[in-house]
Amino acid sequence: MKIELHDSHIRQIKEICDSFDNNPGELINVLHKTQNVFGYLPEEIQRVIARNLGIPVTRVYGVVSFYSFFTMKPKGKYAVSLCMGTACYVRGAEDVLDELKKELGIEVGGVTEDGKFSLDCLRCVGACGLAPVLMIGEKVYGRLTPSMVKGVLAEYE
Amino acid sequence: MDKIKLTIDNMPVEVVKGTTIFQAARQVGINIPALCYMNLEHLGVENRPGACRICVVEVEGRRNLAPSCSTDCTEGMVVKTNTPKVLNARKVVMELILSNHPNDCLACPSNNKCELQTLAATLGIREIPMVENAAMSTYRKDHSLSLQRDMDKCILCRRCETMCNDVQTVGALGTINRGFISVVAPAFEQDLADSSCVFCGQCVAVCPTGALTRTDDTGRVFKALADPTKTVVVQTAPAVRAALGEEFGIKPGTSVTGKMAAALRRLGFDKVFDTDFAADLTIMEEGTELLGRIGAFLGGDTSVKLPLLTSCCPAWINFFEQNYSDMLDQPSTAKSPQQMFGAVAKNYLAKKMGVKREDLVVVSVMPCIAKKYECTRKEFSVDGNPDVDISISTVELASMIKMANIDFVSLPDEDFDHPLGESTGAAVIFGATGGVMEAAVRTAYEVFTGKTLERLDFKELRGFEGIRTASVDFNGTTVNVCIAHQLGNARKVMDGVRSGELNFHAIEVMACPGGCIGGAGQPYHLGDSSVLKARAESLYKEDADKPLRKSHENPYITKLYEEFLGEPMSELAHHLLHTHYFDKHHKI
Repeated sequence: MKIELHDSHIRQIKEICDSFDNNPGELINVLHKTQNVFGYLPEEIQRVIARNLGIPVTRVYGVVSFYSFFTMKPKGKYAVSLCMGTACYVRGAEDVLDELKKELGIEVGGVTEDGKFSLDCLRCVGACGLAPVLMIGEKVYGRLTPSMVKGVLAEYE
Repeated sequence: MDKIKLTIDNMPVEVVKGTTIFQAARQVGINIPALCYMNLEHLGVENRPGACRICVVEVEGRRNLAPSCSTDCTEGMVVKTNTPKVLNARKVVMELILSNHPNDCLACPSNNKCELQTLAATLGIREIPMVENAAMSTYRKDHSLSLQRDMDKCILCRRCETMCNDVQTVGALGTINRGFISVVAPAFEQDLADSSCVFCGQCVAVCPTGALTRTDDTGRVFKALADPTKTVVVQTAPAVRAALGEEFGIKPGTSVTGKMAAALRRLGFDKVFDTDFAADLTIMEEGTELLGRIGAFLGGDTSVKLPLLTSCCPAWINFFEQNYSDMLDQPSTAKSPQQMFGAVAKNYLAKKMGVKREDLVVVSVMPCIAKKYECTRKEFSVDGNPDVDISISTVELASMIKMANIDFVSLPDEDFDHPLGESTGAAVIFGATGGVMEAAVRTAYEVFTGKTLERLDFKELRGFEGIRTASVDFNGTTVNVCIAHQLGNARKVMDGVRSGELNFHAIEVMACPGGCIGGAGQPYHLGDSSVLKARAESLYKEDADKPLRKSHENPYITKLYEEFLGEPMSELAHHLLHTHYFDKHHKI
């Protein structure tokens, strides 16, 4: 998937790089901030960052592909993340996941056609006492059961 | 400097502070094995990511084994490099590496030249116990014109990454992903051909396994030789003769020009020619171009592009087109000797021999794998028929000679054929860094001043320093030249030229350390710079022994201009022997 970057986008990326003095040692911070602004880090954005920091794009991609936090695919407006850590898993996270897939009609890593929801799994958000835990954006839902999934998603309709 | 005393395998050793156990052991003749470690002293480059864990040793008082390549010596240290614990650990590490390594050694391009294979034998590996549990990954194979990537064979030693990033500053290869699927690849897992790879092949030259190998074109050559409808001629680059012998156990630095010509004839080439002829031709064109630019500059023309950059090296040209696309009119427009030879062969020789262009097959033997790519560039072909049909490396030629059952060592010395086999000493030294500049200076001086040079050896242009500068007195006019080898050094010089900080009349650039003698098509020397020095010396000796040592004195070059081209930079010469460059900035 190729995307076209507007000049304003390129300027925005440049500003982010400038704010870190175009220091290649700040690559992770630059990527973090850029992903906050754009939601994801497609090839084109990585190339602009590489040029601004004066490093090969291979190095940028090396970091992006290493950390699961960084994504090259756009997320939905509401990023649904289900914890699959040990505690959540043994308390039935997998059943919740199946229900989420069914309700949203997408697989893990996918985005709904209307771009509203994306679905991802993560490992432990540090709220094991509430297992199984689901996050939508910054909001946390605990002690989830498959039957609750529909209601939670309805809050975002 | 602080000295440290320690013992290694009961031997006392004294080293400078900061020396690793690995280096200290070498001082007393103990070669600790390693797979990732690489020390290219002549380049000031060391690769020691501590990745392979083969080099572990026992250190008294230390709980676990120490990786010797990245552990510094300390006062009073007691090191053991061959205890049962150490040997067993090495074996286990090796078994783990092999458990997820393809076992197709017999059919691997690196068979018999593989450090992993050799080490497995050294460590006495007799079984690979963990295969059933290993996560075997199958990566997509990447077949480029110059090199092949088979990442299933990669052991993540990162040597290639060091060459690509630190030495060449190309930055095409990096380690991506993590865990079992981590792999050395171009950004976005592009094919090399789409990446910023310039095909210098220095990654291939240091790969300890069969993960990165040269593209093999020997089969295409054998096929052409067996085709009765084809006339097959061959050209051999200057640096090839200085290294080919090594593949047959001959001492590095032994020039095997005569045996090579004999071997090529026995392989069945119809004519055995020399790229050196085209190197002389390059000097005629490039030298004239340089004098033209200097003359215009002295005459007050401010639009003239100086410095002139040499254009012989295809990896350098790729690098230039990507990184300096704002300076496309800066390099000499002269084609490389390989391509000049091809153009002359297909347009002049073919007619002379009474052979149709499409029935003439031009093969080149090069110390280089970027040449394989170069000869496919569209601008170097006519109606889809390339000027140079197939380019093989020095090592591929050696392999052909072996396949054809030719006893290379006992071959008699033979001469090249005429007319494209005659060359001067100036052409021979093209193979070493600084050689093109020295050859150009010899001719340009005499043409410019009208005087005969008193000394032909420009020692100030020779050597292995990464960036060298010199001023040559052209009878009152000072010509400032610069020589850079390794692309990292080229980048330093070019950034200085771009910013206006550095001013030269001409710059010679070769992508590989040492120039073509250190090319990726040559037998690998793995950091032994004495091999490079010996190869260079053999070229300079061959130059000194030649009766003619200035390109413009080559009688067949004179004849070619008289019969065919007219004069240097004539319209026909422009059409056949010159080229132009493309903006490839988007690749980086």
